[in-house]
Amino acid sequence: MGWFQRLSEGLKNTRKKITGELNVLFEIGPKVGDEFWEDLESTLIMADIGAGATDQIVTRLRERSQREELTGVKEVEDALVDLMADAFAPNDNDPFEKNPSCVLFVGVNGAGKTTTVGKLASEAKSLGRKPIIGSADTFRAAAIEQLEVWGERANVEVIKRERGSDPASVCYDTLDAAEKLGSDLVLIDTAGRLHTSTDLMRELGKVVAVTRKRAQMPVHVVLVLDATTGQNGLNQAREFKDALGVDGVIITKLDGTAKGGIALAVSHDLNLPIFRVGVGETIDDLKKFEAHEFSRALIKGEEE
Amino acid sequence: MPVFESLSSRLQDTFDNLRGKGRLSEEDINVAMREVRMALLEADVNFKVVKTFVAACKERCMSAEVLESLTPAQNVVRVVLDELTTLLGSSESRLVLSNRIPNIIMLVGLQGSGKTTAAAKLAYLLKTQGRTPLLAACDVYRPAAADQLETLGGEIGVKVYRGDGKKPVEIAKEAVREAIDNLRDVVIIDTAGRLQIDEVMMQEAVDIKNAVKPDQILMVVDSMTGQDIVNVVQTFAERVDFDGVIMTKLDGDSRGGGALSVRSVTGKPIKFISTGEKPAAFEVFHPDRMARRILGMGDMVSIIEKAQAEVDEEQALAAERMLNQGMTFDDFLAQMKSIKKLGGVAGLLSALPGGDKIMKQAGGQLDDSIMTKTEAIIMSMTKEERQKPKVINGSRRARIARGAGVDVFEVNNLMKQFDQMNKMMGKMRSAMSDGNGKKKGRKSQRAAMRSMMGGMGGLQDMGDLQQMMREMMK
Repeated sequence: MGWFQRLSEGLKNTRKKITGELNVLFEIGPKVGDEFWEDLESTLIMADIGAGATDQIVTRLRERSQREELTGVKEVEDALVDLMADAFAPNDNDPFEKNPSCVLFVGVNGAGKTTTVGKLASEAKSLGRKPIIGSADTFRAAAIEQLEVWGERANVEVIKRERGSDPASVCYDTLDAAEKLGSDLVLIDTAGRLHTSTDLMRELGKVVAVTRKRAQMPVHVVLVLDATTGQNGLNQAREFKDALGVDGVIITKLDGTAKGGIALAVSHDLNLPIFRVGVGETIDDLKKFEAHEFSRALIKGEEE
Repeated sequence: MPVFESLSSRLQDTFDNLRGKGRLSEEDINVAMREVRMALLEADVNFKVVKTFVAACKERCMSAEVLESLTPAQNVVRVVLDELTTLLGSSESRLVLSNRIPNIIMLVGLQGSGKTTAAAKLAYLLKTQGRTPLLAACDVYRPAAADQLETLGGEIGVKVYRGDGKKPVEIAKEAVREAIDNLRDVVIIDTAGRLQIDEVMMQEAVDIKNAVKPDQILMVVDSMTGQDIVNVVQTFAERVDFDGVIMTKLDGDSRGGGALSVRSVTGKPIKFISTGEKPAAFEVFHPDRMARRILGMGDMVSIIEKAQAEVDEEQALAAERMLNQGMTFDDFLAQMKSIKKLGGVAGLLSALPGGDKIMKQAGGQLDDSIMTKTEAIIMSMTKEERQKPKVINGSRRARIARGAGVDVFEVNNLMKQFDQMNKMMGKMRSAMSDGNGKKKGRKSQRAAMRSMMGGMGGLQDMGDLQQMMREMMK
């Protein structure tokens, strides 16, 4: 199965719903009134795209359909897909394609950081790279054990200290070990924390600073965001970005019925590229993000 | 300027505009309702729920009672608040255990919603109520999930049953048997996170349910969930069915719009809210408080309760001494610590009516870093200096500044601020004396001081607080 099918599969319910609603909307015909646009707006809001991005998309689509005299359902759909895809920040700085590269994973509790680190380590290993995992979530019970299981599965070294120790020193250790072992991809898991917790955000700031200072390779900070997150995802991304200088986002759990529209809002409003999307449970379900295909899969049913 | 303002500030702005009006027209109500609609949407209340809610509000607002009253804007606020409270469930919904021993509580939810943490918190709560709970680790999929539960159980002193290598249904059954054998009266079953569209996993939850017949099933819901929450809870309600909801991660800044959606779509009550990392950060859900908080009317009751719990008799005595003999830097330090306990300056402010606004005005600079700095300065003083600030001369100030890693002027500022506070204390002392210059009774004096120490009583209105904040920012 190609990634598009998987993504499409993952978004099936979303798509069914949106397409269904759009079809109803688009069948109204070329002379659409205010009601049409209001309904379209609502449909996009229901996908968690958010009021700001929705507003912009609808306004532009409206202008464009008038200017270009788009009348057919397909034409307007295509224009909508284009507009949505354009709203994403361009991804020209993928930290997982750089060699060597060090990536810190941050995010709120339960976003899927540990699982993402595990999956990416496995993927890198299978591609012949030399990944190493740093277990800097020294707070959550059994987070270290969870990563160790992933490490064993993928045959990747996991650098750890006992629970409760300073996460920054785990990063230090990890970079030490990476240099000794000649690792070219350093993946560091951090403890989940709410962006509103000043103390924990400051602690994370230190973790990032220590890592940047110690590393001989480029360091990236990646925010892991649960696709079911609503508009609070924007607050999360903003706070993490301000505090740490986040480079981009990974969206997890897109295999449910969640629309994942928050990805668009976050990418658009904060100019953050989406590096990966998680569309399933297995290791190779963590896919490279393609804005156009994502938008198309969200709006339309089938691949062209 | 963020595109998405919080629900409370949005509504506040709307009603600030309405407040200027004497009599409202239908058009005014429409404008307000449009704002309410947008704000609720941005708070992640489900679109359909918003529609119904706004329609109900509008209908009530259009009544003559609201339109023609002398204070229509306040009436609109009251209507919105009423409707919100009703929607959230008009009364508290506590956890009621049946007579069956052991009582079985099963937790279900999506991945990452916080089930395992909630399980431990629930166990801790039951333990403090004199029960002897047993935790059952039925998440056999996520690596080390059982380890996590076992560690959490160890921290709160609750036994965890783990049947490594067995199927979840078996583990659940064995845990119940274990509870019977060891006289444990509640079994809390932690299950794996599952997507509501994952047939196999949903069936597993049903199988566990059928095998152990839980007295109640609680669904754990992340308060930051977006529009999809409706699909999730609906499917869980249909397939597994549940009796109540635990909302998690409410210590963040999500407005908890999902609470509205869950309640109105499934009719299931929200029983608990989880608000932090510690085992005790688990509270009974109060619909009225939640509604007020969503509307930006401040969650005063919670703050006062918290303050009362934190301020003890000893501190009240200290306050009395301060009043009579002046404040020392040690007292100052203790004061700051109690503010920190209440969630820091930002935490306190955000729970106050209009607090969000003040924070915005301050440019989001109201973090606790200033308190940390002050703490460092005081910690760099000797015991004598803290008790008798008068001895702090120029060279001592320079030494303190070096010790705290700050500039001398920052020490000077603190000294100045400290002097002002002591002067305020003096004013308070005279205010507490009656007209004849006699001191009031110790008892009433102490009560007054206690309320002041709680951080609330001394602040008559927002102006005072703003003034205090400004002092602190200097």
